[in-house]
Amino acid sequence: MTDKSKLGFYLLLMPLMLWLITLIILPHIGLFMVSISEKIGVRQYETGLGNYAVFFNEPLYWRTFARTAFMSIFTTVLTLVLGFPVAYYIAKLTRGRTKTTLFLMCLIPFWVSELVRTFGWMILLRETGVLSNFLQYTGVIGGPVEFLYNDGAIMVGLVYTSILFMIVPLVTTLDSLDDSLIEAGYDLGGSDYSIMREIVIPHAMPGIVSGCIVVFMLSLGNYLTPILLGGKDSLWFTGLIYTQFITRFNWELGSAFGFLLLALSSSIVFIGLKLSRQSLTETMGR
Amino acid sequence: MKFGLAPATVLVAALSTTSLSAETLRLLTWGGYAPEDVIALFEAETGHTVEVTTSNNEEMIAKLRATNGGGFDLAQPSQDRIASAQEEFGIYKPLDMSMVDAAQFIPSMLEATAANTTYEGEVYGLPHVWGTSGLVVNTAEAGQVTDYTDLCDASVAGSVSYRLKRPTLIGFAYSMGLDPFAAYSDADAYQGILDEVEAALIECKPNVKTYWDGGDEIKNLLRSGEVVAAMAWDTGGWQLNADNADITFVAPEAGALGWIDTFVLPARGRADEAAYDWINFVMRPEIASMITNTAGNFTAAVDGDAEVSAELKARYQGSFDQAAIDNIKWYPPVPAGLEALEGATLDRINASN
Repeated sequence: MTDKSKLGFYLLLMPLMLWLITLIILPHIGLFMVSISEKIGVRQYETGLGNYAVFFNEPLYWRTFARTAFMSIFTTVLTLVLGFPVAYYIAKLTRGRTKTTLFLMCLIPFWVSELVRTFGWMILLRETGVLSNFLQYTGVIGGPVEFLYNDGAIMVGLVYTSILFMIVPLVTTLDSLDDSLIEAGYDLGGSDYSIMREIVIPHAMPGIVSGCIVVFMLSLGNYLTPILLGGKDSLWFTGLIYTQFITRFNWELGSAFGFLLLALSSSIVFIGLKLSRQSLTETMGR
Repeated sequence: MKFGLAPATVLVAALSTTSLSAETLRLLTWGGYAPEDVIALFEAETGHTVEVTTSNNEEMIAKLRATNGGGFDLAQPSQDRIASAQEEFGIYKPLDMSMVDAAQFIPSMLEATAANTTYEGEVYGLPHVWGTSGLVVNTAEAGQVTDYTDLCDASVAGSVSYRLKRPTLIGFAYSMGLDPFAAYSDADAYQGILDEVEAALIECKPNVKTYWDGGDEIKNLLRSGEVVAAMAWDTGGWQLNADNADITFVAPEAGALGWIDTFVLPARGRADEAAYDWINFVMRPEIASMITNTAGNFTAAVDGDAEVSAELKARYQGSFDQAAIDNIKWYPPVPAGLEALEGATLDRINASN
């Protein structure tokens, strides 16, 4: 490389580096510094890992942490189960205009903000809401039923919010699967099940894994949906972080929680990749 | 690290010089405290422009803490949260009383607020809007609810809501015959009170439909009839009363909890003059009435209730007789560190099954 092209390379790299350093790396360094300072009195702090110790000593915190992780994993599985047939139908069973229309219909709900979509679910699910009234009208239930303020409502909201991020990568990978491979499978006497298992799913694996990673991250880091749709027992870890920062003025503990969440999500994604025998470069590079 | 910060600092400096020349009052306040028509009158009279950010007590402190008291020129936290925030974070600057037209303030409120917001001999707060929190009850369906602990009664099971925040702890403590404000200065005694309240609130949890977070949320729950009794602000009850005569604010037997929202100057505010102009402007009786009509709460302005609508006055008098007014428990300043104890209690209530 000549000196001139080197300069050009660094100049092109500048915006990316600036963005990475000022908006991601520096804030994380700051957050980490805050997370290892323990408050011992008014305007008095000392360095230590006390905030992390609080997390492990208080059952509420790590239980909420585990709960959030499990519910996010469940959301991811549910989104995959619901999203795969939709993606398969769009990618393999439709052509031309129908395909574009169907794909667009998946996108349309995302033209409004997440807040509006969540309020929509609240109107549907609340005790005096659409679903409860409809069921009473048809005589399925006798009196008003509350569908809101429970874990089920959170799941519905999370799946709805993130399903697009599952469908898009799945459609892309399924599109790239040559139909003649499926036909050959049938010619060789394969059943629907064996073709799905031997041909379609292995081919779609990178799409499945990248979709799962995105959906899992979105669910784990979601704040709005669990807070608005969840009830008095439905704690979510991001809600705890907000509480520590805003209502308790305890930035030190909040920062520690933030780092623990980062570590948790990274390690679950790592384990997921290992279990599915995929590598990050392969899934993200496609 | 220093090299990365330098461009950001230059950028911030460049932005700040432009806003300085524009003479803008950046006001951090509550919804309804700076109505459009009041802002228009103020801008026409003084030439300043006003930018309003609405928030709540905790977020105000968090925002100012994040910037070491910058980004806003005037803030309006409640009077009990000023001295401790100043002690912990140093986010405010002392008031210059020579810039304030003190005659416009009701003297007793001005003195009480000054006493509560004094830190190291300097006064930080001026009173603006005051109100209470207590019970908002659908009297047709839950007329028997007259005190905080009545929310745990079996007759209203599943139709009750309150916030999981400090006013709930304090209201319940008073209702249980305890005196939390007297124990503010004694951490051990306060912890004892918190433990009793914790047990009561955990026992009460099955009665609760949901813990509400925002004012609009609780109003929706009450309006739809899904909730028949709640712990909430007086204004919320009076607004609902306009739509449904059965719902209104009830001053609890143990006493409504009284708060005063104030004016404070953030430590690094840049438009102090505009801030004092705003304070003197909104404390005029006719402007104070306009604010009361939109916010729903009364102000600390002398004759500030003169032009308040008759309906609002009637609702206020319906909720408060003289005995209920005398029984209002006014929040004393919260000592630094008390919130940590309350936080742990609230967490345990939240986690219980």
